[in-house]
Amino acid sequence: MHRTKVKIVEEALDANNTIAQANRADFDRAGVRVVNFMSAPGAGKTSLLERVAADLPGVRVGVLEGDVQGSMDADRLAALHIPVTQLNTDPSFGGECHLDANMVRSALPGLPLDEIDLLVIENVGNLVCPAEFKVGEDARIMVSAITEGEEKPLKYPLMFRACELVLVNKIDLLPHLDFDLDKFLYNLEAVHPGVEHIMVSAKTGDGIDEWRDWLARVGSPVEAPA
Amino acid sequence: MHELSLSGAIVNTVVKHAAGRPVSVVTVRTGALRQVVPDTLEFYFGFVAKGTVCEGARLEQELIPARLRCAGCGSEWEIDMPIFMCPGCGAAGDVEVASGNEFEVESIEVEEAECIAPR
Repeated sequence: MHRTKVKIVEEALDANNTIAQANRADFDRAGVRVVNFMSAPGAGKTSLLERVAADLPGVRVGVLEGDVQGSMDADRLAALHIPVTQLNTDPSFGGECHLDANMVRSALPGLPLDEIDLLVIENVGNLVCPAEFKVGEDARIMVSAITEGEEKPLKYPLMFRACELVLVNKIDLLPHLDFDLDKFLYNLEAVHPGVEHIMVSAKTGDGIDEWRDWLARVGSPVEAPA
Repeated sequence: MHELSLSGAIVNTVVKHAAGRPVSVVTVRTGALRQVVPDTLEFYFGFVAKGTVCEGARLEQELIPARLRCAGCGSEWEIDMPIFMCPGCGAAGDVEVASGNEFEVESIEVEEAECIAPR
């Protein structure tokens, strides 16, 4: 036996990215826009979807609900009479803490792509891993609840830099917390200059119109090329 | 915590290139912006490698510092904190990542059989 050195120089996540591109191509063919919706557990992803998913003007929404286990969130969204598909990472995928392109690919045959214009993929609650794994999305949106503290952009730059929109949720709690909003926004701008943000409260409805408009813009049926 | 998934991605990449040959060393390059904890990656790599050609392989990690470049004033600097603003001219919009986003398998060392069995 002897040793040979083999030069590779390959992005280790290439395999995932290739599958993500295949997903994206399938979504494009079906005319469906896709949002990867991410946050820490409990930041309010499901509540923010409940607020808007059933009444996006001119946009039919479906949800792919990613959870390690259980269908509590999917059940809440199904009550809105929109198509919801549950994707559990346990036991099929070893209880993964995020969705990857392959998991989403496995769910494709069960998605009613011909009945929707926008698929929101609600990722597993986690501020780290989901940022690494593209799933075939057009846009990435994250929720940061003010209860998480103002330093989160500095601690999780991968996630805060991966998204095009940050929903700053639970602003109804501002009077009750020591949360320094200016400092949070300064940190956000430092980590991801120019990223859009909307201040929202899923509880009171503050900012929800703006959130609905943003999502509707992403999900507007793609016009066929002339 | 993402080191578990990342270890899986490394092993998959190596298995693809090893073509069945046992692997003794895997060298990866990880940029500081990927927030990979080297000890944790090594720990999980040992687990994930089990039952593959990577079993027992040593993981060598080359750490790439995060460097930013300002397209506005041309300066380049290294960062510890993820602050993407130019310390020179204060601009934010023109700051790009010069290095630090890497997460790649650089090379592997494989065991080759000394002689080819006669046909």
